[in-house]
Amino acid sequence: MKILVGVKRVVDYAVKIRIMPDRSGVFTEGVQHSMNPFDEIALEEAVKLKEKKLATEVVAFSLGGPKSAEVLRTALAKGADKAIHVQVSDAEAGKLESFHVAKTLQKIVEQEKFDAVFLGKQAIDDDSSQTAPILAGLLDWPQALYASKVEDGGSGHMKVTREIDGGLDTVKVKVPFVLSADLRLNEPRYATLPNIMKAKKKPLKNIPITELGIDISPQTQTIEVTEPPVRQAGGFVEDVSALVAKLKEKGFVKA
Amino acid sequence: MLSARTLLTRTARLSNARLNSTLVIAEHDDTKLAPITLNAITAAGKLGSDVSVLVTGANATKVAEQVAKVNGVKRVIVAQDEKLKNNLPERVAPVVVASQKQFNFTAITAGSSAFGRGIIPRVAAKLDVSSISDVTEVHSADSFTRTMYAGNAVKKVKSTAPIKLLTFRGTSFEPAKEGGSGAVEKAPAADIATDASEFLGQELSKSERPDLATAKVVVSGGRGLKSGDNFKLIYDLADKLGAGVGASRAAVDAGYVPNDMQVGQTGKIVAPELYIAIGISGAIQHLAGMKDSKVIVAINKDPDAPIFQVADIGLKADLFKAVPELTAALK
Repeated sequence: MKILVGVKRVVDYAVKIRIMPDRSGVFTEGVQHSMNPFDEIALEEAVKLKEKKLATEVVAFSLGGPKSAEVLRTALAKGADKAIHVQVSDAEAGKLESFHVAKTLQKIVEQEKFDAVFLGKQAIDDDSSQTAPILAGLLDWPQALYASKVEDGGSGHMKVTREIDGGLDTVKVKVPFVLSADLRLNEPRYATLPNIMKAKKKPLKNIPITELGIDISPQTQTIEVTEPPVRQAGGFVEDVSALVAKLKEKGFVKA
Repeated sequence: MLSARTLLTRTARLSNARLNSTLVIAEHDDTKLAPITLNAITAAGKLGSDVSVLVTGANATKVAEQVAKVNGVKRVIVAQDEKLKNNLPERVAPVVVASQKQFNFTAITAGSSAFGRGIIPRVAAKLDVSSISDVTEVHSADSFTRTMYAGNAVKKVKSTAPIKLLTFRGTSFEPAKEGGSGAVEKAPAADIATDASEFLGQELSKSERPDLATAKVVVSGGRGLKSGDNFKLIYDLADKLGAGVGASRAAVDAGYVPNDMQVGQTGKIVAPELYIAIGISGAIQHLAGMKDSKVIVAINKDPDAPIFQVADIGLKADLFKAVPELTAALK
């Protein structure tokens, strides 16, 4: 099984973001970026499957501006064999929709014949959670979203346990398939210094998006990006009886 | 009499021609409709068009009867088929596409649950349009608001897609009430392939308490609880208040409680009347899941915990002392 893993370069999860004064978006320049945490988990699972001999090759993919190469190097250091960077300008990258990412992935899958695509369940910048099911639809492959456990399902199938609203469910999907990784699928490894050095020698292929003939014209225009309403801290109460009195006052507790 | 009826039919036909139509894909467990579908029906109504609901499944007819009685639902389309048991997205999508071919909806929508987020983008791919997820506000038939960056940025967008494919955040829309009388009809036949995926089973967390996502009061525990056994303090308080129980990611990762109790950016988004956060520091990712609650109460021994910056009522105290005291005081 040849696995393609999508990784996205996003503003680091610990950064407190700032909205641009002209309301056109969020400040990203000079801000700490890193690999989307869910993509790290997807990558780790693919590498683990390779270690278990269930996968033959793990290829990391990123669609984005020039700096996306950094997250691909990280992916190589964490165990990917090769990397593919589909390049757009930073300006174009800011306007990409999940739909465009999925179309690009579809093209790469068809060109290089992958058997599975692993993605994070959502990117922590746009919080869309769409790329995996769109890609599955485009390829007409089964989808296993929000995976928390991946096992060999026998005779060309994989068994995937998924995190759903009321608990867990388990599905069996036929390979080829698309998977999205949830938080608790695994604990991603750190890239060690020797592996970071080795990663520099691993192949990283650059493909300008224009070569793939994909239409990235937007179907969604941003009108404005604003701050959420700010909540005012209400202050402290002295003790439990004061808290109970407040709750009574607000009608949550019968007087 | 006759002329009145003719007039009525004509008006109906006219309004059909004039109005756009929105499809809501129903979520259910074979016996009852999932509450988030009621929120989605309200949201769909705001698109300014007739609302149709598609019910798929092995036992869809029974659920369709419930849906037909929901206020605002004009038409219920039913696809009952053993192949649709458990509503796998690979099998539901062809039914949605076949329905779209027949009825030409201007929007296809669902609640933003694990089910809705699985089916809407897949259908979007089949119809070659871009979808928009987790909409929190509908401004018009083509402009919506959603949040990004764990709720720290609010984005208003205009969609130019020929068909709008949307999921709606449940807590942002009131549930639709009873009082409708929608017409029920059969869905067009679809080619449902069954070889690609198979449902093996599920393990649902059983609880007598109200559903977390729709509870009026939620009591949540975090790392401060120190163990799964200590979560009993949270359950006891919740039972006193008739509350749902949530948790922070830290509590879930530490194994105190199951994953489906997680409140936050990557867990559930709740907006109850009252949210009580106990032993939760208030990381950005947790706040993303609860900061739209009407009243927030925080109990934490660290006065600098970020949770106190959003709390309406803060109590700086040791939870192991304060929570039993609070539970006792509510007797």
